[in-house]
Amino acid sequence: MKYVFIIAGVLLIPLTIAAGLIWVERRLLALFQDRYGPNRVGPFGLIQVLADVVKIFFKEDWIPPFADKAVFVMAPGILIATILLTFAVIPFTDNFLVLDSNIGILFFLGNSSLGVYSIVLGGWASNSKYSLLGSIRASAQMLTYEVFMGLSLVGVVMMADSFSLREIVEAQQGGWFFIPQFVAFLVFFIAGIAETHRTPFDIPEAEGELVAGYHSEYSGMKFGMFFVGEYLGVTLISSLIVTLFFGGWLGPAFLPPAFWFFLKTGFFICLFILIRASLPRPRYDQLMELGWKVLLPIVLLNILITGAILIYNSSL
Amino acid sequence: MAENLSLFASIKERCNEKAIIARQVTCDNILTIWVHREHFTSLLQFLKNIIDKPFRMLYDLTAVDERRRAKKQENPESDFTVVYHLTSLERNEDIRIKIPLAGDYPSISSITDIWPSANWYEREIFDMFGITFTGHPDLRRILMPRSWKGHPLRKEYPARATESGPFVLEDQMREIADRDLEFHPEEWGLQSRTEDTDFMFLNVGPQHPGTHGLLRLVLQLDGEDIVEVVPDIGFHHRGAEKMGERQSWHTFIPYTDRIDYLGGVINNLAYVLSVEKIAGIKVPDRANVIRVMLAELFRIASHLVWLGTYAQDLGQMSPVFFAFNDREKIFDITQAITGGRMHPSWFRIGGVAHDLPNGWNKLIRSFVDYFPKRLKEFEKTVIRNRIFKARTIGIGAYTQEEAVEWGVTGPGLRSSGVEWDYRKKRPYSGYENFEFDIPVGKNGDCFDRSLIRMEEMSQSLRIVQQCINNMPEGSYKSGHPLTTPPLKEKTMQDIETLITHFLGETWGPVIPAGEAMVPVEAAKGSNGYYLISDGGTSSYRSRIRTPSFPHVQMLPLISRGYTIPDLLSILGALDFVLADLDR
Repeated sequence: MKYVFIIAGVLLIPLTIAAGLIWVERRLLALFQDRYGPNRVGPFGLIQVLADVVKIFFKEDWIPPFADKAVFVMAPGILIATILLTFAVIPFTDNFLVLDSNIGILFFLGNSSLGVYSIVLGGWASNSKYSLLGSIRASAQMLTYEVFMGLSLVGVVMMADSFSLREIVEAQQGGWFFIPQFVAFLVFFIAGIAETHRTPFDIPEAEGELVAGYHSEYSGMKFGMFFVGEYLGVTLISSLIVTLFFGGWLGPAFLPPAFWFFLKTGFFICLFILIRASLPRPRYDQLMELGWKVLLPIVLLNILITGAILIYNSSL
Repeated sequence: MAENLSLFASIKERCNEKAIIARQVTCDNILTIWVHREHFTSLLQFLKNIIDKPFRMLYDLTAVDERRRAKKQENPESDFTVVYHLTSLERNEDIRIKIPLAGDYPSISSITDIWPSANWYEREIFDMFGITFTGHPDLRRILMPRSWKGHPLRKEYPARATESGPFVLEDQMREIADRDLEFHPEEWGLQSRTEDTDFMFLNVGPQHPGTHGLLRLVLQLDGEDIVEVVPDIGFHHRGAEKMGERQSWHTFIPYTDRIDYLGGVINNLAYVLSVEKIAGIKVPDRANVIRVMLAELFRIASHLVWLGTYAQDLGQMSPVFFAFNDREKIFDITQAITGGRMHPSWFRIGGVAHDLPNGWNKLIRSFVDYFPKRLKEFEKTVIRNRIFKARTIGIGAYTQEEAVEWGVTGPGLRSSGVEWDYRKKRPYSGYENFEFDIPVGKNGDCFDRSLIRMEEMSQSLRIVQQCINNMPEGSYKSGHPLTTPPLKEKTMQDIETLITHFLGETWGPVIPAGEAMVPVEAAKGSNGYYLISDGGTSSYRSRIRTPSFPHVQMLPLISRGYTIPDLLSILGALDFVLADLDR
């Protein structure tokens, strides 16, 4: 029974947060941009999200006649499924988690690789040139960034001596990993933005160039799923950053552990939004260059140094 | 500027005696020569390439349907006249070559081999007048739809809907129109494949977030690399030139606002300056300074839109809101002064519509104090941003020679290193009395164009500041009888002024026969109204030379070899307005 509650909780919390994020993002962006944002529906415009959801459910869900129907329908589902699955291994607190897997990090990396399929298939099945260009960009970008996203976590794994996310958090009781693994944190954060294709790495969507990139042809709730998927991704990456580098639920005892977890996650979500409000978008080849020529050597160096220090310490 | 008779003499000396038909005296004192159609290409060659300090820029190329012109003055016999307007930056001088053509659908040889930029102009003339250009590489309609019947600027073509009968879309017409929409690369001069590559064709626009309006670009792509761009324009065509022939001199002013709809009164200025030149009206100092002040405020407003949308094109989300907020502050000023916001239509022939309201200087001063800080902020967050630089430096570059060759004016020309600003070089409306600098770039790339626009905003602010400090006293309108509407207090004096007032208010003023063009430095480049009056209540021909037309024509040249994201960067940095492009 307890497991049912936890699973329901883990499913509901990210979805609610993601939906709420739409409002948070719009309000925050408005704040950064000298305007009001949605403030009409309900107190502070909070019900706006609900209104949007109702609207998007009742919209005509149009499948273009030239699309590959089965794949077209499947694609947004893959995105949501892979992200929600990853939440299963995230420890909200030491006992509020679905699965304390000893391959937690690998499970996350595997799922995020699967997530690429959603975008590639969505763009391909749309059978439109803009979508195709978007998904070509997406696949290239994700492949690049997966590489050093994984590599950036090697240092953390080495220090915690475990792939289990719960154990990684517990290993941080002596000090959060973002201090010894600061470089890895930065790289993971950048890769995380690329993974969720948020500005400045929103190249697969690139509104001004590709209209809406891989989801140009989507409408109704299928578009809604891509849309919510983006926010789910932001929540996921933020909570992973917190888990891996900022001590997860750990924090002074006067507040419950879950609170600390959500507070830290919320901070990184806001950071995502602030970045979106401030940066322009580099070109696709410039992004690849940054990935392969700058970030990859940095993470490799980070692994080398972390390993050397660990060996040195253990030999003492 | 006095007419250069020594230039005329040297041309005469160089040319075949029979080549030159006559010299025409125009109100704008631009040397105007009528030349035989057999000899004009060699004359143009001479003027472009051989003469000392050559005329390298084809500033404008247009035609006039002369068949119903009432007062032809001393002009040679002609049914259609093709007018070549050349500019020499070295001489700071213009020359106009007119070719008389006989017959209802005449033809003339193309000059695309001399000026590649003549391409679109000749297509436009073909589209509007039905004059064919032999030797033109691609003589298709440019503004009107392909299946359009008739040539709108011909005098027999009706201007009013009531003259052309009810409109019915028959099935057959629809089929033709639908067929026109089909895309065949060969018709666009594009190859589908080479030996080792199959190209992809991407249709950007007419509805696309990056084109800033109804512009269609057909891209030939190899991966994301652009092999060729073919612009398809005309979706925003509203027949402004035809309207100019129908509206009275006075009632055409509101149409001008909507040509470069971001430039507001700068358009009015270009138009009324030309009319005043023909009518010989001298505008009082106060009116001049008011005009300059508002024109500069609109220049800032226009550049702010450019800044915001350009940042948006490059994926930066916030600056557009800041820029539009600041633009709103300018609109608050224009609203207080003119009553209008984007399209005040506020300049009048012989002055401006009203005097400045009480407290105007406080209002503007508060903006002048506020804005420099914001400019610095924009500079820091947008222009100095590394990603912005990575997206603009070295992108879409052209050389000085290319810029002049293709008729580029305004910030685009200055970015390539040519110090050319009509406000300085040919001061109009009293610009000679103001202190300001002309920012000049080096590389002619998107980044330099951005820097120049940023600097122009602070220079405009300087001019506005000087306007506040030195606003002369006096009338806001000239006392000339052709001033429209005339000053009311003067009308009560005697029957003569009352009648003039009455006629000016009802029919509109009768501007004496003549022709003139006064190029002004508009926000996006050089704008000019080439007006021909045959002594009626409306213009006989209103040619609107806009900067966006040559700029967009140049697009393929500067975007080949770049990628799609670069294309957006280039488009944004060109800073065109679709209404300005299609008119």
